[in-house]
Amino acid sequence: MIGVAWAIAASRQPDLPTPAKTLHELTTLLSSPFHDSGPNDKGIGLQMLASLQRVGFGFGLAALLGVPLGLAMGASARVWKAANPIVNLLRPVSPLAWFPIWLVLLKDAPKAAIWVIFVTALWPIILNTAAGAASVPRDQRNVARVFKFSRRSYLRNVLLPHTLPSIVTGLRLSIGTAWMVIVAVEMLSGGSGIGFFVWDSYNASNLARVIAAIVLIGATGVVMDIGFLRLGRKVATPEVAG
Amino acid sequence: MSLDFTGVWKGFAAKTGPHYVLRDVNLSIEPGQFVSFIGHSGCGKSTLLNMAAGLLAPDAGTISLDGTPVTSPGPDRAVVFQNYSLLPRTDLLDNVRIAVRAVHPEWSKAHVDGGAERYLTAVGLWEHKHKKPHQVSGGMMQRCAVARAFAVEPRVLLLDEPFGALDALTRSKLQAQLIDLWKSESDTEIVVMVTHGIDEATFLSDRIVVMANPPSPSIIETIEVGVVRPRDLATFHDGERAHAVEEHLMNILRSHTVSEESAA
Repeated sequence: MIGVAWAIAASRQPDLPTPAKTLHELTTLLSSPFHDSGPNDKGIGLQMLASLQRVGFGFGLAALLGVPLGLAMGASARVWKAANPIVNLLRPVSPLAWFPIWLVLLKDAPKAAIWVIFVTALWPIILNTAAGAASVPRDQRNVARVFKFSRRSYLRNVLLPHTLPSIVTGLRLSIGTAWMVIVAVEMLSGGSGIGFFVWDSYNASNLARVIAAIVLIGATGVVMDIGFLRLGRKVATPEVAG
Repeated sequence: MSLDFTGVWKGFAAKTGPHYVLRDVNLSIEPGQFVSFIGHSGCGKSTLLNMAAGLLAPDAGTISLDGTPVTSPGPDRAVVFQNYSLLPRTDLLDNVRIAVRAVHPEWSKAHVDGGAERYLTAVGLWEHKHKKPHQVSGGMMQRCAVARAFAVEPRVLLLDEPFGALDALTRSKLQAQLIDLWKSESDTEIVVMVTHGIDEATFLSDRIVVMANPPSPSIIETIEVGVVRPRDLATFHDGERAHAVEEHLMNILRSHTVSEESAA
């Protein structure tokens, strides 16, 4: 149905590529995904890898900071009170607003893109981890108190196991958003990456390539999401019989 | 040594001012005794147990063990909670070992492992030691919680409605097992149990403390069960003395429901 509507729309508006042309563009892109003929002609696979790498670094850094901070916020009312206003103030800000700051600080557009992704991924990781850590059942907290668990033992045997599913949820949400934001950041940062590729195709008046790229970006996002969904199922808290 | 409650008050904030669930509780529990707190919901029996565990502090009065005031949880006291309260991702063996190591960091590995094996074997769980809580039944989880409590070798064992969530058959098996463990496998001196069950309290206890809601005093009566051990569950409830105690308990509890309803 979408294909038919698209075909009709394309027949009336000559700027819009037809489905057939787009499909052709897609197969062309996929026929040599890893060719490298200089900075302005790289295969779609290489562009995708450049973006994935940035998302991976930014997301990894966000997890390294966000998980411990979220655990501390959830476990301690004092840390929560100190950090929550800051998180709430910064969370609604589009991560792209950070781009100029990182650019000035780092003087390097691709590195600045990584740090924009870091900011993007940070909030969902912190908030989900904190929510999980704050919901340790009273039973388990009492066990830890009665049996005098050390801080380390509490972290390892109670807090982390209980919070694991929430952490994975936070990771899943943040990688989804990070994957959306990377396209926008790379339109700004330029040089390489899937966002740059989309913008470059537009500048070359090749809308069919833009649409083909959108399809591939979507497919990659789905694959990542399924990966985290599976991980989430794996770490789900086991149901204990009544 | 003894576990003493002296002039204990505990209240919670309510719209009409503080509501005292425990009003001047005085009680002394001697070594070798199994004591049950019985009463209707809201009479403060669990609160009293949690204060003995050191999880709650009294508003006034003291709880002391051997003359030393109880202010926090300690290695001399262990608790079995109503909802099993095992760590859900940890197998049964490690549920015991992690708790024992936390209470007694000074114990050798051999001591910790030996105790875990001894008590898990005693409750019939040694062959299931590598199962997670969600892979076993409620009765098995509670046996593991009992093994965990004994394995820390406490002087006082505190049981908060330990059999409340179990079916009747499992419950009676576990009751007998608990007494066996206490009498022949442990140096635990005092057991205190919170319960709703008249049969359970009578079969297990040396002394039953009957508690009630306001306007009654917190402790309305203390009953000596006075049936010698070992007791046989199969014939226990037919005994004359046990029967009299159960009837008496039933009457007190029934009359206190009525008076509170009419007061309200």
